[in-house]
Amino acid sequence: MIFDTPAGTNPTDRMKVLGKPLDRYEGHLKTTGTATYAYEWQDVAPGFAYGYILGAAIARGRITSIDTRDAERAPGVIGVVTYLNAGKPGVGKFYVQKMLAAPEVDHYHQPVAVVVAETFEQARAAAGLVRVDYQRTAGRFDLAAQNGSAPVPPEGEFGGPNEKRVGDFARAFAAAPVKVDETYTVPDQAHAMMEPHASIAKWDGDRVTCWTSIQQMNWGTRDLGLILGIPKQNVHLISPYIGGGFGGKGTVQIDLALAAIAARVVKRPVKIALQRPIMFNTTIHRPKTIQRVQLGAGRDGRLTAIGHDSLSGNLVGGRTEPTVTSTRTLYAGANRLTRMRLATLDLAEGNAMRAPGEAPGLMALEIAMDELAEKLKMDPIELRVVNDTQVDPENPDKPFSTRAFVRCLREGAQRFHWDKRRSTPSAVREGQWLIGMGMAGAIRGGKIAKAGARARLDRTGVVTIETDMTDIGTGSYTVVQQTAAEMMGVAPDRIVVKLGDSTFPETPGSGGQQGAPSVTAGVYAACTKLRETVAQRLGFNTADVDFADGHVHSGNRSVKLADAAKDGDIVVEDLMEFAKLADQFQQQTFGAHFAEVAVDAYTGEVRVRRMLAVCAAGRILNAKTARSQVIGGMVMGVGAALMEDMAIDKRFGFFVNHDLAGYEVPVHADIPHLDAFFIDEVDPTISPVKAKGVGELGLTGVAPAIANAIYNATGVRVREYPITLEKHLDRLPALA
Amino acid sequence: MGSETFQLSRREMLMSSATTAAVSSFASETAEAAPPVKAVPTYKVAMTVNGASQTLTLDPRTTLLDALREHLHLTGTKKGCDHGQCGACTVIVNGERINACLSLAVQHQGDAVTTIEGLGTPERLHPMQAAFVKHDGYQCGYCTPGQICSAVSVLEEIKRGIPSHAQADLMAAPKPTGAEMRERMSGNICRCGAYSNIVDAMADVAGARA
Repeated sequence: MIFDTPAGTNPTDRMKVLGKPLDRYEGHLKTTGTATYAYEWQDVAPGFAYGYILGAAIARGRITSIDTRDAERAPGVIGVVTYLNAGKPGVGKFYVQKMLAAPEVDHYHQPVAVVVAETFEQARAAAGLVRVDYQRTAGRFDLAAQNGSAPVPPEGEFGGPNEKRVGDFARAFAAAPVKVDETYTVPDQAHAMMEPHASIAKWDGDRVTCWTSIQQMNWGTRDLGLILGIPKQNVHLISPYIGGGFGGKGTVQIDLALAAIAARVVKRPVKIALQRPIMFNTTIHRPKTIQRVQLGAGRDGRLTAIGHDSLSGNLVGGRTEPTVTSTRTLYAGANRLTRMRLATLDLAEGNAMRAPGEAPGLMALEIAMDELAEKLKMDPIELRVVNDTQVDPENPDKPFSTRAFVRCLREGAQRFHWDKRRSTPSAVREGQWLIGMGMAGAIRGGKIAKAGARARLDRTGVVTIETDMTDIGTGSYTVVQQTAAEMMGVAPDRIVVKLGDSTFPETPGSGGQQGAPSVTAGVYAACTKLRETVAQRLGFNTADVDFADGHVHSGNRSVKLADAAKDGDIVVEDLMEFAKLADQFQQQTFGAHFAEVAVDAYTGEVRVRRMLAVCAAGRILNAKTARSQVIGGMVMGVGAALMEDMAIDKRFGFFVNHDLAGYEVPVHADIPHLDAFFIDEVDPTISPVKAKGVGELGLTGVAPAIANAIYNATGVRVREYPITLEKHLDRLPALA
Repeated sequence: MGSETFQLSRREMLMSSATTAAVSSFASETAEAAPPVKAVPTYKVAMTVNGASQTLTLDPRTTLLDALREHLHLTGTKKGCDHGQCGACTVIVNGERINACLSLAVQHQGDAVTTIEGLGTPERLHPMQAAFVKHDGYQCGYCTPGQICSAVSVLEEIKRGIPSHAQADLMAAPKPTGAEMRERMSGNICRCGAYSNIVDAMADVAGARA
């Protein structure tokens, strides 16, 4: 099907199953430890061996020699894979990192060898016997050192133009009566998903089958094919359960590439899970950004000039962190200049992490808006309201498809009791605690992409949906189940969902919060075809049938759905493609985040006491799992605001805190009860299902809301994330 | 910047290489043809796992976690960090929760181990498992078995009166309050951020409010 005109009424509008807070489809498996993750398949690859990766001990230079003899003679060792016997691994299309040091070393912990042995313990021990000599060269590890010199790179495939001008920013900013001109830094951040990247690889001739943990099957087959030098049709990937990703498992990482390469070398199936301490320096991360935001406004608060200049760094060929994305669309303002510069760094690759661009970009912009509101003596919500726009600020001919931003702000203000906030900083105290409230706006692209699905009706009336969509904790299984049940007019328990297999119809997978809208549109297409086929089989006029209560109805006639398959299963496949509407409409999701913090006046410690998110993301497909997506984003936002920071050793060029003890993420004790509320809306320009994603929206805007609450509590503005106590302790107000 | 070669002291080299197994400057200090490493002897260990007797012959370097996952194929217990930093491998041994990655299997001769598979099955959920489903106390599911084993143990610890940092009065009997549960659950990381729902699930089981 092609979707190129806004959707009218269709079966998904019944909302008998869609929208309901159904428990997760796979809940009983996940809570009993019986969902099988990549490393856990027992019988699929008889005779498998264990691989263990040895990472480079230098950040930049080259291997001058590798002595693997002792490792090869160690008990249980089957083989040692290095660049000398690995063939010449290619590079995929999304990540630029090289999977093996060959012999150049591009970053610390880049894989140097894979030791393959009969047991994990033997492989790990033997890895300690590989002796590597390196020649070290100086590397570039300090982003700030290149702040003056880094160029504006050519536009890449993702992230939009690296420089965009509207009107005359310089003149308007100079003339503005009220201005903010500040620089903010967001550090390198790690995905730190709970399941380490893991893969089992098994070859049959020139075809490879891998049980792995990646978010996008279609990118995975493409990239593994390129890395191995085989056609993507020869790659079969299976990822039904994924222990978190957040962008860090977008496509092929070293576990998958090296399991496949090692299996080819030792001629046995090989399984590899990345040991946690090498993940931080050898997979991707969200790269650090240094962002200068310049806002110019009239005394009425209306923005006349918006400038956002951002610097990030990456390996050669790597992408720019697209921090200005939100700045281009969130607020009105006639004169605009957004620019992104890119430095070269010899650290692990920077790449997509949950809401790439928008999350770190809003961490800067939304503090700047708070600073502007204070200068204007305006309420921060009112400042945002007066700068609302219903058209794309860069292109006034392009309206937003839906834009409930002001409703999010107003609804949130009421629910959070924003009227209790004192606009004067440091005005509320409870004993040793300084109390503050803050808020921030949120925007995240409402993307959608071509997606397919296969639907099978059997004689018992069960409908089985197969698609290569993945569920990384997002709830894909459940929203697919609900969409199919709604379309076919059956109870949810009549639906079987199979995901995460690259032989199933293609979807964009889990990324860019486009998974749920895309796959449900694909399921809509497949179920529409199934309905037509069923109606024909049963001799109905296809234009006038209703699927409800497990039956097909038309006029006075009513037949069991299952009867359509009594002579054999009905199998159909279709896909939804999208045209025109994304050009006609600016499709975005919106939100408002609110936080109340307490700052210990003696120690500077910050405790988050209350948080609320109000989100507008089109139709909410499952009220329970959508809320979980949003509160999960809020937790990650607490981490970004208060603790997450990959600390760089600038002498030796690596992330020092490369494990889950050193890289701090929020734990239970850091998180209060969280509230999330959804604005009731549908977006008929997105798809027939009228739903947009929420997973990344839930993160964008959280950290600056907390930062603004801290300022409201203390009167000390910290512009360098994370806001750890030493950054404001010496400036905290004196205790009476 | 440029291509100057660093001159490293031996101490600096050690620092830079501390986390990898191979250190270049020692290559020349190692005997050219070092004898191959001897095979590691195996040991027998007998324990009860989820009520069933198990006897395993193991490399002594095998952790309890890997014994469960790789030898008994009880993969419900998850490996998140292998260093006691995340809690995904939490199991209950002789009634106490532990990180299975931090102890060797051979230390558990005669012990009674309960894993997530021993608490309930998809057909017969433990009340805590059912509460996690109801309150959506999980997303990707990878930390979930550890969270549930911890949650079951935490409520038991509170019942047994084991004190915690969250109590105002250490001598008073602890109660399953939100603060108490959050404090005691903080060794189990959930990167998907289901904490608020997990505490709701625990409160439901404890018959209390989060």
